[in-house]
Amino acid sequence: MLDSAPSIYLRIENLWKNFGDFTALRGISLDVIEGEFLCFLGPSGCGKTTLLRAIAGLDLQTSGKVEQAGVDVSNFPPAERNFGIVFQSYALFPNLTIEKNIAYGLENAKRPKSEVKARVAELLELVGLPEQGKKYPAQLSGGQQQRIALARAIATKPGLLLLDEPLSALDAKVRIFLRHEIKDLQRKLGITTVMVTHDQEEALSMADRIVVMNHGTIEQVGTPLEIYRNPASLFVADFIGAMNQLPAEAHGNSVKIGSVKLECDNNELSGKIIVTIRPEDVLPVETEGANTVKANIKSMEFLGSFFRAELANTELGDVAFSADFSINAVRRLGLEEGTSLFVQLPSERLKTFPEAG
Amino acid sequence: MRGPLVKPKLGRDDWAQRSFMLVIGLYLIVALALPLYVMLSKAFTIYHFDLRQYEVQVSDESGNFGETLTLSSHNMRPSPSVVEDLSTNTNGRLGIAQFFPDFSFRSPVNYRFRGVTPSAVYLIGSERNSGPDWVELDSNTFRRVVLRPVSERGLTNFKTYFSTPALFQSVQNSLLIAVIVTVITVSLAFWFAYALARSKMHLKGVFRMVAMMPILVPSLLPGIALLYLFSPRQGMLKALMFGHDINGPIGIVIGSVFFTFPHAMIIISTALSISDARLFEASESLKASRWRTFWTVTIPGARYGLFSAAFVVFNLVITDFGLPKVIGGNFNMLAVDIYKQVIGQQNFEMGAVVSIVLLVPALLAFGIDRRMQKKQVALLTSRSVVFEPKPNKPMDWFFFGYASFVAIFIVGIIAVCQFAALIKQWPYNLSLSLKNYDFSRMDGGGWGSYTNSLLLAILTAIIGTVVVFLGAYMVEKTKGFEKGRAIFQGLAMLPMAIPGMVLGIAYIFYFNNPSNPLNFIYGTMIILVVSTVTHFYTVSHLTAVTALKQMDTEFESVSQSLKQPFYKLFWRVTVPVSLPAILNISIYLFVNAMTTVSAVVFLYSTDTALASVAVLNMNDAGDIAPAAAMGMMIFYTNAGARILHALLSKGILARSNAWRKSG
Ligand SMILES: Nc1ncnc2c1ncn2[C@@H]1O[C@H](COP(=O)(O)OP(=O)(O)OP(=O)(O)O)[C@@H](O)[C@H]1O
Ligand SMILES: [Mg+2]
Repeated sequence: MLDSAPSIYLRIENLWKNFGDFTALRGISLDVIEGEFLCFLGPSGCGKTTLLRAIAGLDLQTSGKVEQAGVDVSNFPPAERNFGIVFQSYALFPNLTIEKNIAYGLENAKRPKSEVKARVAELLELVGLPEQGKKYPAQLSGGQQQRIALARAIATKPGLLLLDEPLSALDAKVRIFLRHEIKDLQRKLGITTVMVTHDQEEALSMADRIVVMNHGTIEQVGTPLEIYRNPASLFVADFIGAMNQLPAEAHGNSVKIGSVKLECDNNELSGKIIVTIRPEDVLPVETEGANTVKANIKSMEFLGSFFRAELANTELGDVAFSADFSINAVRRLGLEEGTSLFVQLPSERLKTFPEAG
Repeated sequence: MRGPLVKPKLGRDDWAQRSFMLVIGLYLIVALALPLYVMLSKAFTIYHFDLRQYEVQVSDESGNFGETLTLSSHNMRPSPSVVEDLSTNTNGRLGIAQFFPDFSFRSPVNYRFRGVTPSAVYLIGSERNSGPDWVELDSNTFRRVVLRPVSERGLTNFKTYFSTPALFQSVQNSLLIAVIVTVITVSLAFWFAYALARSKMHLKGVFRMVAMMPILVPSLLPGIALLYLFSPRQGMLKALMFGHDINGPIGIVIGSVFFTFPHAMIIISTALSISDARLFEASESLKASRWRTFWTVTIPGARYGLFSAAFVVFNLVITDFGLPKVIGGNFNMLAVDIYKQVIGQQNFEMGAVVSIVLLVPALLAFGIDRRMQKKQVALLTSRSVVFEPKPNKPMDWFFFGYASFVAIFIVGIIAVCQFAALIKQWPYNLSLSLKNYDFSRMDGGGWGSYTNSLLLAILTAIIGTVVVFLGAYMVEKTKGFEKGRAIFQGLAMLPMAIPGMVLGIAYIFYFNNPSNPLNFIYGTMIILVVSTVTHFYTVSHLTAVTALKQMDTEFESVSQSLKQPFYKLFWRVTVPVSLPAILNISIYLFVNAMTTVSAVVFLYSTDTALASVAVLNMNDAGDIAPAAAMGMMIFYTNAGARILHALLSKGILARSNAWRKSG
């Protein structure tokens, strides 16, 4: 297994989509691996839904190619493709019972009724709602309805599952619960899945790989950890997680921020740049050392498992700068608002990007 | 950089949906666009006899033919000309013997006759002839030669119209009446709707029902009631007229207020009900006076509704035909002029001209109303809190009095008709009898016209609902094909802008043409159904579209992803979920088919006489009591249909209670 190259189930090549004068997708190319859970993540209006609908054939791309399971389906109508889809609005048929909703795609002349019935029961079991078959959608909670929508989408065992913000309409608790449900189900079935979301936590916790999008283009594709640890652009760095951005000047392996010079292991740029570091990578230290700067705690907020401190009067200049301190560190160093301290910016954690322009 | 454009591969469903849309679009083109086009071109067509196109040789008694002369030169020879005015209309025929002063049908003289060009048409007897071959005729046959006119395009018809004061006066009359009625109806309807929405008066349900009653009767029914009440000779309350004649503007205004009232009331009610309650609370908390609140909150919130109601009323009045026909007296209105020109004088071109003159204000009012409605809808979206009026004794009783006054007016008019229908002979014999319902003794088609109307209403309701709903579904849910859909939407909106009289005359021009393959529907029930469905298409279409828009747009996506054909979704989900709207469309079509006069008055035949037209004709013939009786038959039928509709709707809602969310 190890040496077999992952097989590509869905291939997207140079996809463009125009709405009149407006270009919603600009040359998207992407491979989706068989059986993986892929997330499109990006700010509102970046084209995630547009891309998903092009894959489904619900709104055809203006130009470009979509290949599914080796077949060029670029211009196929949805009914000739092979996918199941779930929408934010559930789109359950209100006048049909839960059973009838799930059976909707199964009913056809060739399939005996008993078989349909058995499959519906199996699906209800699978999504954990075995008792609810006779009810109507309006009689279920939002989370239950979304699970029914999921059951309906996978009823015909499609090769591809598409989810457009399936959890956005639900409240926080249900959302987190369903994240796991969907993820488990997907793993159990091994179905190639593409999900759209603008919630990064959702993407990070569910996806095998994440596609970060912005303004109709792909900024980066990678595993959640890759995206988090090695953002490919300032946009990704900023969009995923919290990130300090410090304008600086680069000379080889050293960068000058404000009045301080810091070592930076991976810099390949020169001239005016942006140096980034995540707040949790900023370490409070007792004494001055390599890559340390002096700072004053302007404010401190307790976020449950750590404190986020806004630092001011740093030698870095007049920039917003925050650091996450563990409860332990706060107790050990006696940190509170107004405290002055040294913080270390480890040289391997500093990432540099060209100045946004 | 970019690859080639992706051309969608159309699936089975796409083809089916587009075909459906095309069929219904084609229906609208044949039943609306083409007739209107033919009518427009009629208005600009003028006919005249072109004498230069015909040549004659006359023989002496021994058969030697003389010089060749055109008819035109024959016309000049005796001075002044034999025929001065050569203009005519479609049906014009001109005998040519009159150009020969010495002509005698007994003379042995022979004639040779020909048209110079192929377009020079003439009839010998009833046989059509044309072309440059000489035809030799004896004088007895020559007598039977008549010329047919040639047509050309021009504005002459319009010049004639605007230089004929008797015709032109109608423009002013119609506009004047429409404006007066608009002001009165909108004011009355506003306070009525205000009382319903903002007071705690009693019997709101009853008032609401009474306000809707005029919709159930033909617009000419109040005319009959007014004649009974105020006619100069025998009116029950003629003294109240102080010597004025109810026949004429006064009668038209009162009757129009009656039949336009519900339309204005509905629109204004809607506007008032969506005004934001939060604004009232804010205003109250600022201790603003009721009066101040009224002017700063109520009126601005309802302004689009008021404008919209005004233009709808204006349009209804200016295009109405039945009422001014019954009670207009010598006061000419545009819609009646069309009827007079077409039915009275058989002057179809002039009828078309008046239609176009009528079309201008109708189109304008329609256009403005559409814009108002759009703005109203835009207001609607952000409003949510429903206003709950607080009791205020004096105010509530004041409004109760006002609403009662309006209700008495409406019920009174209908009660007078019922009274007229039931008594033997006003004012001499007041005993009750059903003899006025014995329609077989009157002109107008007898009971047959009632059963015809019922059949028309049922067919219109069924066929119309199917056509309209399918059309709306296809245009809403078909993907791509933007141009086709835009054209369809435009066609679907058009009928509302077209007055019934104009539609009717357009149908005559289009369908009563032997060379039209659809000519066979002329004079049948089919053309009545087609014209009625078309006439009331827009409101039905909008109702269907609104219902469809409320449905999740992703149903189609889901169904397609599950590889199910569109008709399965349509049948299993779309139709059941839209059932209330579908019922509303059917009842709307039914009621209007029962009451309409304007389009069908041109199109019925002796076999397809209709109840509403019978009311008109019996009234014309002086059988006013039977006319009232027939009007009441329409009222009972519509009331019955409404009750049935209410029961059905209730049943459906109860059955679907399980899945329909409350509210
Ligand atoms: N039918 C349309 N006509 C015109 N513009 C459209 C249409 N659909 C989408 N757009 C535009 O295309 C862009 C991308 O839209 P899309 O729905 O793909 O965004 P998204 O990434 O899914 O955003 P969100 O997170 O808000 O759902 C947006 O700017 C949107 O306004
Ligand atoms: Mg989206």
